[in-house]
Amino acid sequence: MKKTLVTSALSAIVLCGSSITQAETGACLITKTDTNPFFVKMKEGANAKAKELGVSLKSYAGKIDGDSESQVAAIETCIADGAKGILITASDTKGIVPAVQQARDAGLLVIALDTPLEPIDAADATFATDNFLAGELIGKWAAASLGGAAKHAKIAMLDLAVSQPSVGVLRDQGFLQGFGIDLGDPNKWGDETDSRIIGHDVTAGNEEGGRKAMENLLVRDPAINVVYTINEPAAAGAYEALKAVDRQDDVLIVSVDGGCPGVQNIQDGIIGATSQQYPLLMASKGIEAIAAWAKDGTKPEPTEGKNFFDTGVSLITDKPAEGVDSIDTKQGLDLCWG
Amino acid sequence: MNEENLNKPQAFEAVLSESDTSTVQFTKKTSFLYSIQKLLHSNPALVPLLVLLASLVIFGAILGNKFFSPFTLTLILQQVAIVGFVGAAQTLVIITAGIDLSVGAIMVLSSVFMGQITFRYGLPAEFAVLCGFIIGGLCGFINGFLVAVIRLPPFIVTLGMWQIVLATNFLYSANETIRSQDIEQHAALLQFFGEKIKIGGAVLTYGVIAMVAVVLILHYILTSTAWGRHVYAIGDDPDAAELAGVKVKKTLISVYVITGLLCSLAGWALIGRIGSISPTAGQFANIESITAVVIGGISLFGGRGSILGMLFGALIVGVFSLGLRLIGTDPQWTYLLIGLLIIVAVAIDQWIRKVAS
Repeated sequence: MKKTLVTSALSAIVLCGSSITQAETGACLITKTDTNPFFVKMKEGANAKAKELGVSLKSYAGKIDGDSESQVAAIETCIADGAKGILITASDTKGIVPAVQQARDAGLLVIALDTPLEPIDAADATFATDNFLAGELIGKWAAASLGGAAKHAKIAMLDLAVSQPSVGVLRDQGFLQGFGIDLGDPNKWGDETDSRIIGHDVTAGNEEGGRKAMENLLVRDPAINVVYTINEPAAAGAYEALKAVDRQDDVLIVSVDGGCPGVQNIQDGIIGATSQQYPLLMASKGIEAIAAWAKDGTKPEPTEGKNFFDTGVSLITDKPAEGVDSIDTKQGLDLCWG
Repeated sequence: MNEENLNKPQAFEAVLSESDTSTVQFTKKTSFLYSIQKLLHSNPALVPLLVLLASLVIFGAILGNKFFSPFTLTLILQQVAIVGFVGAAQTLVIITAGIDLSVGAIMVLSSVFMGQITFRYGLPAEFAVLCGFIIGGLCGFINGFLVAVIRLPPFIVTLGMWQIVLATNFLYSANETIRSQDIEQHAALLQFFGEKIKIGGAVLTYGVIAMVAVVLILHYILTSTAWGRHVYAIGDDPDAAELAGVKVKKTLISVYVITGLLCSLAGWALIGRIGSISPTAGQFANIESITAVVIGGISLFGGRGSILGMLFGALIVGVFSLGLRLIGTDPQWTYLLIGLLIIVAVAIDQWIRKVAS
């Protein structure tokens, strides 16, 4: 008995000692969920970089998209844990701000990944895709591919949700601008007056919603020939709806995201073009920034002319159009996520 | 005494000669409202059917041919097919005075299993479909066992199973979508319910036909077989049913197993509907199925209602969603109106129930 006590006391001391010597930089990654491949890839990028730089990374996630309570609890845990910085994709971009402020007051560097907080300067920095540009690229490509027929296009807009979250609005409005359509108020979709737009419908960003929304808009006008989709799962659903009425070959579908199944769908001719974003890069850059902050207190700088650090976006298509830079699906598959 | 005297009251009874001689009887209320109430009590699917017809007429009048085309009307059927399958499953449980929150999760897990067994392990699609059904039946059995034998409340059991099944789904699938084109090439059987028959502008998928067939078969089973009547009896009063010789535990377990199997069928049909296999599909199937059941006039207190009402309920939601979209209103109005319909449906149910008491 005595021996056990001594050994356990000893080992406790040893354990304490080792944890002291391992006083490495701590960082937290908080994502909306841990099921979406986008966030899975993000975690992968963060883990790889953390290992490389000797940062100890802990990951947290909400139970579902929109679960802000779990994210607040995660921030509190990170503060208590003595982490140096937090990377977060916020579920509730306004609601999370007080918790983020608490972390910043405690001396942590907070970086918003993918989704800017509201206001955007509530975080120390934002590493994200330029969603407006992502939309603009596919809009330009669609218009250039159609050529003269773009003047008489019939466009279906398959958006994210009726609450019009900023990512959905930026992509939608970017597409319309790229296509050459007057935006009205660029902060919301649905107020455009151009008769080429047959209608907007919402998809929740998945196959089921994509199919239903496409069906609804086809009832409104069966002659739709251009389809904008918020992401590739919605595009896949829209394609099924078009296939059901044998229109799959004469409709141009464009999308945003650059997930691997989506890039494959471009290769197979289901989607015409997509704008690829880079979640892995967001996360690895984020870890680098936290390591730099822990080392000498330098904060990351935003990209020139923008209020966030742009992690880049590329247009992927196998049918390049004049005047729009793009990469082919082979390159796209090397860079894809999920 | 002669004959005449026998028929005459005796002297002390003489005062009664003018009084009422009719025997005791119950007076019948025959007001118009009462007869409606009684009619609805004996035909629970009548209210949703009338609402469905009325909404068809109203949207038809506003939208004209765009709405009354064979294409649009069959499209509504396609859009409610999945809810129809899951709603059929939900109906069985609700008739036993239970509720099943795990139906959507079981559906998605089954479809994911069907996909992964073909694509991850390279086994034939027929076997994969069978595995999907086994998983669904197993989930149903666990629910049934916990409700019938351990006697836990169905709400709690299925609330737990919902989370467990959904988490299993995400863990097992790693949230990877299987693309429609891959399924088409290697396991076309999985998209069986997406096959379609075209008659003029009308498009009927196998999924729609199967859903209607399932509802009709279940309607026959529930109304015309001993098992079906037992299900109603358990929902009405399990103790009385037990005393009347119904094997309550066995019947309850069988109800949940069949519910699980129907969810698997829904999962198979879901693959046909969306083409691909997506672990994030069907997130709201449980709520949508309960909505269809309630609008369909099936009593949440158990023992009463027709599965045909559930189908009408699902169609009402489908007609409202598509109709309002076509008019071009904000989609939020659809949810608002459906919320209203739910409350009205339950209020009518309460009113009809008074006939029984």
